[in-house]
Amino acid sequence: MSNVNVYKQRPDAARAESPLFHAGLDELARKGKSSAGVILREKKLLGHLVIRGDAKDPAFSGGVHSALGLELPVALTLVAKGDTSLQWLGPDEWLLIVPSGQEFEIEQRLRKALDGQHISVVNVSGGQTIVELSGTNARDVLMKSTTYDVHPSNFPVGKAVGSTFAKAGAVIRHTGEDTWELLIRRSFSDYIWLWLQDASAEYGLAVKA
Amino acid sequence: MLHIFCPHCGELRSEEEFHAKGQAHIPRPLEPNACTDEEWGDYIFFRDNPRGIHHELWVHAAGCRKYFNATRHTVSYEILETYRIGEKPTVTEATVGEKKATTAGVTA
Repeated sequence: MSNVNVYKQRPDAARAESPLFHAGLDELARKGKSSAGVILREKKLLGHLVIRGDAKDPAFSGGVHSALGLELPVALTLVAKGDTSLQWLGPDEWLLIVPSGQEFEIEQRLRKALDGQHISVVNVSGGQTIVELSGTNARDVLMKSTTYDVHPSNFPVGKAVGSTFAKAGAVIRHTGEDTWELLIRRSFSDYIWLWLQDASAEYGLAVKA
Repeated sequence: MLHIFCPHCGELRSEEEFHAKGQAHIPRPLEPNACTDEEWGDYIFFRDNPRGIHHELWVHAAGCRKYFNATRHTVSYEILETYRIGEKPTVTEATVGEKKATTAGVTA
C-alpha cells in the first residue's frame, strides 16, 4: 500500500455540522406546509470520495467493482445500490457517495483493491453537500436556475451533469421522476440555500429534516 | 449564446460552462536550458493572431473540468470542430481553403 495518510476525518465522538447547519433546517421542517410544490432536504454528512484512475485499464475497473460491487458508470450517468452511488465526473474521475460513517472503511477497501496502481482516492466529505429537491415543481426551480436542459427527454433519471447553477457551479443529479439532487460546495451552500428559497417561493417550499 | 460540443461529455453545452485558454498545439521546448532568450520568449509570450481558422485550447470548467481543443473561425466565431488533446484537427486553413476553391469553381 502507498504511504498516503488515511485517517478517520470525522471521528465518531466529534460533533459534526453540515454546511447548512446554520440554516436550522431541522427547525424549519416542523413549520412547513403540506401543500408545497417544492420539498427541500439536505442529505447531510454523507461520505464523499473522489476516485481517479484509468477507465480503460481492466485492473482498475475490476478493482473498483470488487471493492464496491458497482460498475464504473459511463459519461454523464450514475449507478446506485442502496444508499451508495457512483457517479461519472470526468473521463478519469468518479464520485462515490456512501452512508455517513462508512467512508473510512470503504476508502481502505478501495485502496487495498487498487494497490500498486496509478490511482487516487480522496475523501472530500467535508467540502461539499447534497441538497435534494423533490415535488411537482422541483423541475421548474431548476429551469430558472441553470442553462442546462432539464426536460426529461434530455435529462432522464440516472443522468448526472456538472453545470452552472445560479451562477455557481453544481452537479445536478436526476435520481427519481420528481426528485433531483444538487451537489454543491460547502462555501456556496449558504448562497444556494438563499437562492432556492427565493426561486421556490412562488410554488411553496417545504423543508424536510 | 453558443453551444459548444465537449468531446469528453459527448454533448453540446452552453458557452458559460467553458473557458478559452488561448492558442493550442504549443509544444514546450524539450531542452529549455538550450534555448536562446529569443526562443524562450517566443514560447512563453508570443501567440498567433490569425484572421480565419484558429486552433485553441478550451476547458469545460463547470462540467467535466477537462481540456480539449477547438477550431474556431476568428471572424465569424464559428466553432468548426472540437477534438481531444493529442488528436490532430481535421479542419485546418489548408482544408478550408481547398473547399472554398472547389465551391467557387476555381480550377488549377
